[in-house]
Amino acid sequence: MSVIVDAKHLVFRYQETTDEDQSPKQTEPVLKDVSLSIEKGSFVAVLGHNGSGKSTFAKHINAILIPDEGKMYVEGMDTSDEQNLFAIRQKAGMVFQNPDNQIVATIVEEDVAFAPENLGIAPEEIRRRVDDALKAVKMYDYRKHAPTQLSGGQKQRVAIAGVIAMQPDCIVLDEPTAMLDPQGRQEVMETIRRLNREKGITVILITHYMEEAAQSDRIVVIDGGKVLLDDVPKKVFSQVETLKSVGLDVPQVTELAYLLSREGISIEQDIITSEECVAALEQLLR
Amino acid sequence: MNSLSILETEELTYTYSAGTPFEKTAVDHVSLKIEKNAMIGVIGHTGSGKSTLMQHFNGLLRPTSGKVMLDGQDIWADKKKLRDVRFRVGLVFQYPEYQLFEETVYRDIAFGPKNMGLSDAEIKVRIAETAEMIGLSEELLGRSPFALSGGQKRRAAIAGVMAMRPEILILDEPSAGLDPKGREKLLRQICDYQKKTQSTVLLVSHSMEDVAEYTQKLLVMNKGKLFCYDDTPAVFRRTEELCGMGLRIPQIADVMHVLRKKGYDLPQDIYTVEQAKDAVLALMRKGGAVC
Repeated sequence: MSVIVDAKHLVFRYQETTDEDQSPKQTEPVLKDVSLSIEKGSFVAVLGHNGSGKSTFAKHINAILIPDEGKMYVEGMDTSDEQNLFAIRQKAGMVFQNPDNQIVATIVEEDVAFAPENLGIAPEEIRRRVDDALKAVKMYDYRKHAPTQLSGGQKQRVAIAGVIAMQPDCIVLDEPTAMLDPQGRQEVMETIRRLNREKGITVILITHYMEEAAQSDRIVVIDGGKVLLDDVPKKVFSQVETLKSVGLDVPQVTELAYLLSREGISIEQDIITSEECVAALEQLLR
Repeated sequence: MNSLSILETEELTYTYSAGTPFEKTAVDHVSLKIEKNAMIGVIGHTGSGKSTLMQHFNGLLRPTSGKVMLDGQDIWADKKKLRDVRFRVGLVFQYPEYQLFEETVYRDIAFGPKNMGLSDAEIKVRIAETAEMIGLSEELLGRSPFALSGGQKRRAAIAGVMAMRPEILILDEPSAGLDPKGREKLLRQICDYQKKTQSTVLLVSHSMEDVAEYTQKLLVMNKGKLFCYDDTPAVFRRTEELCGMGLRIPQIADVMHVLRKKGYDLPQDIYTVEQAKDAVLALMRKGGAVC
């Protein structure tokens, strides 16, 4: 598989200006030497505590931020080269936490058309893309609704459709479910998984929900501006103590297996789904 | 806990934009009795009416019909007393850190108590106590609230309402956007505050895991109506109904539910990992035993 996102020794620090003089203050880097390559078509979850640098990393993928040192390549294009900016932002779309901050139009389909309109695409082509995008997130029936009439999960799916309409190869989602109720969370996760499997879109999901991360192909844990763990979910979540030490958690079913093993019970330590947990407990109790 | 109630609603109804094409009944004939000294979770899908209901508890919204009673007194009976109601029922909105405004954390927390007319000496004591309960070090109190980290800002904002020592404290998604450890720490501190002050805390949340862990009772709203107000275990027993209204049960409760359905003799009210561990160990000691 080819690499779509390739980070090489990224270093990034935010500039702070003090009130008295306007000269920038040198601060501790938020990213300290992050190297990571993400393969096309994969579904990667990025975990880390608040302030770990995970969102800062995500913003490098579509060139909202440019590294101070090191290089970020998206489909081989260097994000620090301004001439690549337009192309990169079409390849890698971003979805943020609060759906209300991302919706610009008063009708759902007009909102989804916003990006392709800005790209100067022909009207018939826009129509086709908007319809396809809304169908892909299962919001086609709501195309004439006002976004204010929608639930949080529905709004977030419209925001995702707005990105899909650009036909990106990669979507970066920064805590897209943080403000949603359980059903909204499930709707968004199902949508993301479907886009990944059926359309082959690369998904990079930043989340604080361990159950969501468990659905990915690969988990990257960022701590203190560095990559701490990088492996398949089963391997990452089996390191319960390491994760807890950096302010993270594991799915409840993983935690149960961990607690039982500490009581001397022999049970697999790589349980990450309810089904696996039920099966393992049945083995024990039989 | 079936002791004295502090807050009651009688057929509380609230209609947004009444008389216009956008008319919508957000809260529909809700009658409730909320007791003193309790930790209560408030859950419901987006748009279920839970926030609208909460805004009635301290008189931010006036019912279209029905009553809100604090200690048996209709809060709208005498408008002059409304100010008093807002001191007694504290409301912390979502992302309260956006409301910080003072020059120092100390002064920001002092704002509410000052408006209550408390003496400087009393305010000082309250701030020290509150800061300790919520985990803000003394050193932070002298700093600008804008120089704090996200979690600290959130704490400073919550402390500002806690320092008024309301008899009822309502928190709307206090842990939204915090990482797992930050969530756990903040929710534990809120629980400690509740125990120490023996007040009533209402915790509005979308996290079933959090309300399962930290609350004794749950108020469930569905489409503007009160679905139920009951002990937390009793609510999670109604798995199918909860799922039908866009809610869920914690992952571990779901696993136990499936095993019970398969015939394993596990007790019904398991909804935290710790309880699940104990139940599995107990059943193993009994030798498995499918009933």
